[in-house]
Amino acid sequence: MIPKSGDRFSDKIMLETTTARQRISRGFGMKKILTSLALLGLVLAGNGAATTGAIAQEEAHNEAAPTHFPIHKPKEMDWSFAGPFGTYDKAQLQRGLKVYKEVCAACHSMKLVAFRTLEDLGYSEAQVKALAAEYTINDGPNDAGDMFDRPGIPSDHFPAPFPNEQAAAAANGGAAPPDMSLLAKARGVERGFPRFVFDIFTQYAQGGPDYIHSLLTGYDEQPPEGMEIPEGTHYNPYFMAGVSLKMPNPLSDDQVTYDDGSPQTVDQYSRDVSAFLMWAAEPHLEDRKKTGFRVLVFLLLFGALVYLTKRKVWAGVAH
Amino acid sequence: MSATDIQDPNRRDFLYVATGMAAVVGAGAVAWPFIDQMRPDASTLALASVEVDVSSLEPGMSLVVKWRGKPVVVRNRTEKEMKDGEAVNLAQLKDPLARNANLPADAPATDANRTTPGKEAWMVMVQVCTHLGCIPLGQEGEFGGWFCPCHGSVYDTAGRVRAGPAPENMSVPVFQFISDTKIRIG
Amino acid sequence: MSEGHSTYTPKTGIGRWFDARMPLPRLVYDSFVAYPVPRNLNYAWTFGGILSIMLAAQILTGIVLAMHYAADSTLAFDSVEKIMRDVNSGWLLRYLHSNGASFFFVAVYIHIFRGLYYGSYKAPRELLWILGCIIYLLMMATGFMGYVLPWGQMSFWGATVITGFFSAIPLVGDWIQQLLLGGFAVDTPTLNRFFSLHYLLPFMIAGVVVLHIWALHVVGQSNPTGIEVKSKTDIVAFTPYATIKDAFGMIVFLFVFAYFVFYLPNFLGHPDNYTVADPLKTPAHIVPEWYFLPFYAILRAITFNIGPINSKLGGVLAMFGSIAMLFLVPWLDTSKVRSAVYRPWYKLFFWLFVIDAVLLGWLGSQPAEGSYVFMAQMATLFYFAFFLVALPVLGLIETPRRLPNSITEAVLEKNKGGGGGHPASATAAPETKG
Repeated sequence: MIPKSGDRFSDKIMLETTTARQRISRGFGMKKILTSLALLGLVLAGNGAATTGAIAQEEAHNEAAPTHFPIHKPKEMDWSFAGPFGTYDKAQLQRGLKVYKEVCAACHSMKLVAFRTLEDLGYSEAQVKALAAEYTINDGPNDAGDMFDRPGIPSDHFPAPFPNEQAAAAANGGAAPPDMSLLAKARGVERGFPRFVFDIFTQYAQGGPDYIHSLLTGYDEQPPEGMEIPEGTHYNPYFMAGVSLKMPNPLSDDQVTYDDGSPQTVDQYSRDVSAFLMWAAEPHLEDRKKTGFRVLVFLLLFGALVYLTKRKVWAGVAH
Repeated sequence: MSATDIQDPNRRDFLYVATGMAAVVGAGAVAWPFIDQMRPDASTLALASVEVDVSSLEPGMSLVVKWRGKPVVVRNRTEKEMKDGEAVNLAQLKDPLARNANLPADAPATDANRTTPGKEAWMVMVQVCTHLGCIPLGQEGEFGGWFCPCHGSVYDTAGRVRAGPAPENMSVPVFQFISDTKIRIG
Repeated sequence: MSEGHSTYTPKTGIGRWFDARMPLPRLVYDSFVAYPVPRNLNYAWTFGGILSIMLAAQILTGIVLAMHYAADSTLAFDSVEKIMRDVNSGWLLRYLHSNGASFFFVAVYIHIFRGLYYGSYKAPRELLWILGCIIYLLMMATGFMGYVLPWGQMSFWGATVITGFFSAIPLVGDWIQQLLLGGFAVDTPTLNRFFSLHYLLPFMIAGVVVLHIWALHVVGQSNPTGIEVKSKTDIVAFTPYATIKDAFGMIVFLFVFAYFVFYLPNFLGHPDNYTVADPLKTPAHIVPEWYFLPFYAILRAITFNIGPINSKLGGVLAMFGSIAMLFLVPWLDTSKVRSAVYRPWYKLFFWLFVIDAVLLGWLGSQPAEGSYVFMAQMATLFYFAFFLVALPVLGLIETPRRLPNSITEAVLEKNKGGGGGHPASATAAPETKG
């Protein structure tokens, strides 16, 4: 297993080294090129950081005609499901479901969520059944070949408020309200450098609920002077894709009645519905984090054992 | 070689064994999700119970519903069918057990045991031949019950196998009358 | 393994019977037990093993995901969500697979940069290096097609943009693009063939990996000094020495991997991919997966026509050229010294190249506007200059540092030198054996 060529190799290197030295004088022009190349590399690296700052400044200057959205970064909230031991607050999810049912569901579908999964929110089987039965599901065809309506059962999914996307768009000024099943994972404002690096260590994964909460509470603000707001849209500095959006402010204080005495404010509503949407998008979050903790602890212990074994195996061999 | 090995052989052996065992535990834990994912998923399990409205069934009529991907026949039997079923001598049966999921496994295959108390006219049964899984035809064959066209198994009016290669009576699923006109299967 | 060197002696009768008929245990013994490796390999050399584990993990999780996935444009998105919501442990398998792709690339990049730093591509390892480059190409194809399968917005528009490369080819471009797509735009036929190929390619990768390992076992591992193995004191047996070291490297790597899978499963993905594909609506800003970003930046950097080549074709050529550079490395580098450890100038350029690659990656994630474009052009220039100017010229004019005579000498020197500066490492390596 010892390649024959290897023996000659390093002797050759010694020879080559001397010839290389002789060549240096000849290659001096080359060296200049290389030095400038290295400098180019260094300057580039330095520039990277500087430019980010410059672009951020540019943005701040022109308030009436911003080019980068959202105008305001989402507000970072405290969520019960954040961090390595995060869990959903079931009371909050139940309140969020109520807000969804009474407000959002008028326009937004949530077709990936089945009623049966609402048991995760702390409801009993009977309660889920009753809740499902509140909805009318179009089913069929029956033996006569006709579609028919029946009350929902737990295995059904939330029915959509509009029969299809075209109908949804037509009823909402040309923009179909997005399905809400995955909204909390489908939205997230880019964090930018260096924040995304810190996010690895703080386990920041709440961009979606932060965004939804900020958007729902961001309708109060007035547009800066001189800003053009297109007809039929509503100014919201937290909106990701422009200065304004088609959806009008959906929430107002005391709009939804809470039975558990929580404050009936827009802020509370939007927190609750954001948390609920996070659950809808990631129902196995608690399970995931719990399993993750066990896996990491195991890997830590196993890694320590393997490291000690490795030390033992290599104890007699310098390397 | 080093002195530590000679001084402390037990510690070294313990370390090797512990590391090896941790590796086995880890491999087992990793294997589980790969097997787990093959089990019926949550949406499949959610459909494991169906409710059937039987108010329209006059005696002598049946309907078939799909339960767990298989046909379940609900038959309102005629007087004659019930009498034929009761008249059978249990000793003649190929399979003497009721095969009724609502009863203990050793219940004998009487006509009553094939149905539910108080609703003896009603046969609720997975309409799948116990031979190799074909669907027998209703009200055919020499016993007036079911006849499997695939390999010629014959069942009587209570779904008990009377002739042919099938080894068992057709199975009765878990079911109950939740009202006079509604049955829940599963 | 070179023939005639086998030290395998079957101990049992069954072993001898088997060995005479099909010497598989002998092959395994010679390749993974008795196989000699340089004693001075550092943890950068554990990434070969890590990559094998990642390939196996991707194939296994992929096979079970395929049991639940439906490759049809109307079903694909929902079938993935069904995996995430209803299938038992489905969320775990899917996150393992999607993050596994990212960590596969993390490992392969470390592996490639290790090869560049220590000059592992030099004779007699050119073929080994090229086989590795082929694996990398296959990985890129597999990763790209896998990203299309969830049928989210990024899947769809990524596929549209990447297949658009081929339309840049003069004359036959449109024809080739339609051949790839199976239509005029990305749709079910595209999705179906991508799924088929996404399932096939990993097995082709596994095949090339076998060749890669075969080539490796013929020429033997390179090592941090870049000096070939000369005597028995330079080497240790693969098992237990390399096996246990690889195992530890793997566990550390899996720890980081698990941290992402369980705590930040969507960190490396894009939120837009949780919105179902819509052929009528382009996302505001299309970005590929992070591991393609440097190449994406090079693609976009060519904003000008070069003679008869228009900027579109130019970008595509630059992008493919940037990958082709890797294949040429063994012949571009003229240095007689392998390892950057003994090449001060090359070491500087190597690290500048690493920074340049990271910078290109970051630029690829930014919108192509303003000063970003100019920076991307400069970074692209440096990328090509590293391969086409720095590698050949440095080898001719650089004065390498003095090389030790053998691996053993280097190891002893290091341990002696380390004793003064780092008391901890001195106690960690008690010297008993030559």
